[in-house]
Amino acid sequence: MRPAASNLGDEVVLEAQALQQLLEVLSGRGYQVVGPTLRQGSLVYDRLSSLDDLPRGWGDQQEGGFFRLRPLNEPALFGYGVGQKSWKEFLYPPRRRLWPARQEAHGLQILPPGEDAVKFAFIGVHPCDLHAIAVQDKVFLEGPYLDLHYQARRQSAFILAVNCGHACGTGFCVSMGTGPRASSGFDLALTEILAEARHYLVVTVGSEKGRQVISQLPHRRAQAQELEAAAKVVAQAAGQMGRSLDTTEIKALLYRNYDNPRWDQVAARCLTCGNCTLVCPTCFCHTVEDTSGLTGEQAERWRRWDVCYTVDFSYLHGGSIRATPRSRYRQWLTHKLATWIDQFGVSGCVGCGRCITWCPVAIDITAEVRAIREGERSGARGQGPGARGQGAGISKGTDKSN
Amino acid sequence: MCSQLTDPMLPTPYQVLKRVRETKDTFTLTLAPVKGGQGFPFAPGQFNMLYIFGVGEVPISISGDPDRPEKLVHTVRAVGAVSRAICGLKKGDTLGVRGPYGVPWPVKAAPGYDVLVIAGGLGLAPVRPAVYHLLARRPEYGNLELIYGARTPEDLVYRRELSLWRGRFDFRVHVTVDAARNGWRGNVGVVPNLIARARFDPEQTMALVCGPGVMMRFTVQELVNRGLKMENIYVSLERNMKCGLGLCGHCQLGPFFVCKDGPVFPYDRVRDWFLMREV
Repeated sequence: MRPAASNLGDEVVLEAQALQQLLEVLSGRGYQVVGPTLRQGSLVYDRLSSLDDLPRGWGDQQEGGFFRLRPLNEPALFGYGVGQKSWKEFLYPPRRRLWPARQEAHGLQILPPGEDAVKFAFIGVHPCDLHAIAVQDKVFLEGPYLDLHYQARRQSAFILAVNCGHACGTGFCVSMGTGPRASSGFDLALTEILAEARHYLVVTVGSEKGRQVISQLPHRRAQAQELEAAAKVVAQAAGQMGRSLDTTEIKALLYRNYDNPRWDQVAARCLTCGNCTLVCPTCFCHTVEDTSGLTGEQAERWRRWDVCYTVDFSYLHGGSIRATPRSRYRQWLTHKLATWIDQFGVSGCVGCGRCITWCPVAIDITAEVRAIREGERSGARGQGPGARGQGAGISKGTDKSN
Repeated sequence: MCSQLTDPMLPTPYQVLKRVRETKDTFTLTLAPVKGGQGFPFAPGQFNMLYIFGVGEVPISISGDPDRPEKLVHTVRAVGAVSRAICGLKKGDTLGVRGPYGVPWPVKAAPGYDVLVIAGGLGLAPVRPAVYHLLARRPEYGNLELIYGARTPEDLVYRRELSLWRGRFDFRVHVTVDAARNGWRGNVGVVPNLIARARFDPEQTMALVCGPGVMMRFTVQELVNRGLKMENIYVSLERNMKCGLGLCGHCQLGPFFVCKDGPVFPYDRVRDWFLMREV
């Protein structure tokens, strides 16, 4: 294949083996290349040094509280859904030193943190996770204050998305409008096709960065039948989707139901372990930790992911605001699906299903919402903030008057 | 969205100029930047994050005069590890300051109005800058009334200032305590009971309310009973905060982050969430 000129939005074909060159081109451009790889029976995102690091021939089986790798009968490179981890650990690391400080003779000295020059290329970002990155962009880049560290990593990142060829067991991206096809937010997006002894990738060029990279690889314009094959792969995934979440007026539904008895029912199962918040690709809550050295002359401030399921999370002198598991599960679910919309203009849920897979007791967010909706129909409706009328004043969550 | 070049999580070193004991566990600190300079302007009701070396950081309302921002004043009660450490600072000690954060009291929108400032306990600290602002522009406002309550006479803060204010003919100050021993000659009872004594035109009155949740709930109820519009009643809320920037999630109240959407809210905007338990 001879390199052909490509433009934004073009769809081109790469042979599967050309991915190796793609990885090399990316590292040649100074990217730290990270992507899916196998570790201890699970699927993680980590550094890729060659194509062989990808889980070739492996798929996954996911159910509520269940994740197993399973061998496929084909050498697919992207035959699995989303793993436990998400890309947020690179853009928004679980632990990060904010700054070091020194106690000196003339008092406290706070030093600016060092530069963070790392530039990531993400290989194999599923459409739900692309949306999750867009959601975190709104949180970290569009509020009154920016997270400069996130901004630096985000702006320099290269994203190679992968359209889903099969539905993951717990996902419901079709309901959330986030998959199984990547529509925007990538530099390159590929659909992997294994058919009639051919193994190739139909690649959509999504940005100038993507165009430059593809121009260094042997590729050609995709033909009608290849595009058709790619569309079929994605349609097949959409058709397999086992779960759904009815999002009709979901914000109003949840605002009306803060006192729905279902919260007690789910609280009786919830262990408040917080797994769902750690695997969630949009959860952004964090806390800070202050440490000091043994001599008392050095101190550091660290930021780490926090979990809204702990009693400590809402602690104020005298006690915690959310003292019961009921209120903490309710906080998480209503934040994801309702208050998030008021705060950031989008849902905090992208339908990736991780919270279902990695919940040790298999609590299913789609089932909980369904139960609340059905419970309300049968009269178990509560006295939430939206219960009387339209919930006066609560729709202006981001209005900063004064 | 504003562009910013520096990391908002980086505190600036400040030095303690003065430390005054208010009650057995509450202190007022006057601070100035270690490097000199003017400090920063702030609006009444805003707060700072105060950092103690190696111990931690807490949100504390600014309680000084917004017309004299060169002196940064904070009143702190020793209730946890960080606030205890802040209260233990001596003249010349340093701490980190970042801010100011949050939506202020709407004093700039209040000219022509009667203003009721209603505080319980340490709730007087976050409204004191509003009082300074109002008194400095006294002719612009109608009646000014302060209603302030604490648990016992020993728990009253800013006592010297309260008696100065009581001496003014253009500012009515009502003080009450929940319980007192012999020798207390003032009011005994809860804050909402004193609202009946305040003079105001309910149609043209703004109330600034800050105190414990229970006190605010009953105060607001009483104000509404007396004809105040809920949108003219402002409350200042308190939550756990780690960043002050709207990013850490700790201060969430329904669709709000108290740090950036508050801490001061018009009551009609937060009522449903404020009255609900455990949100």
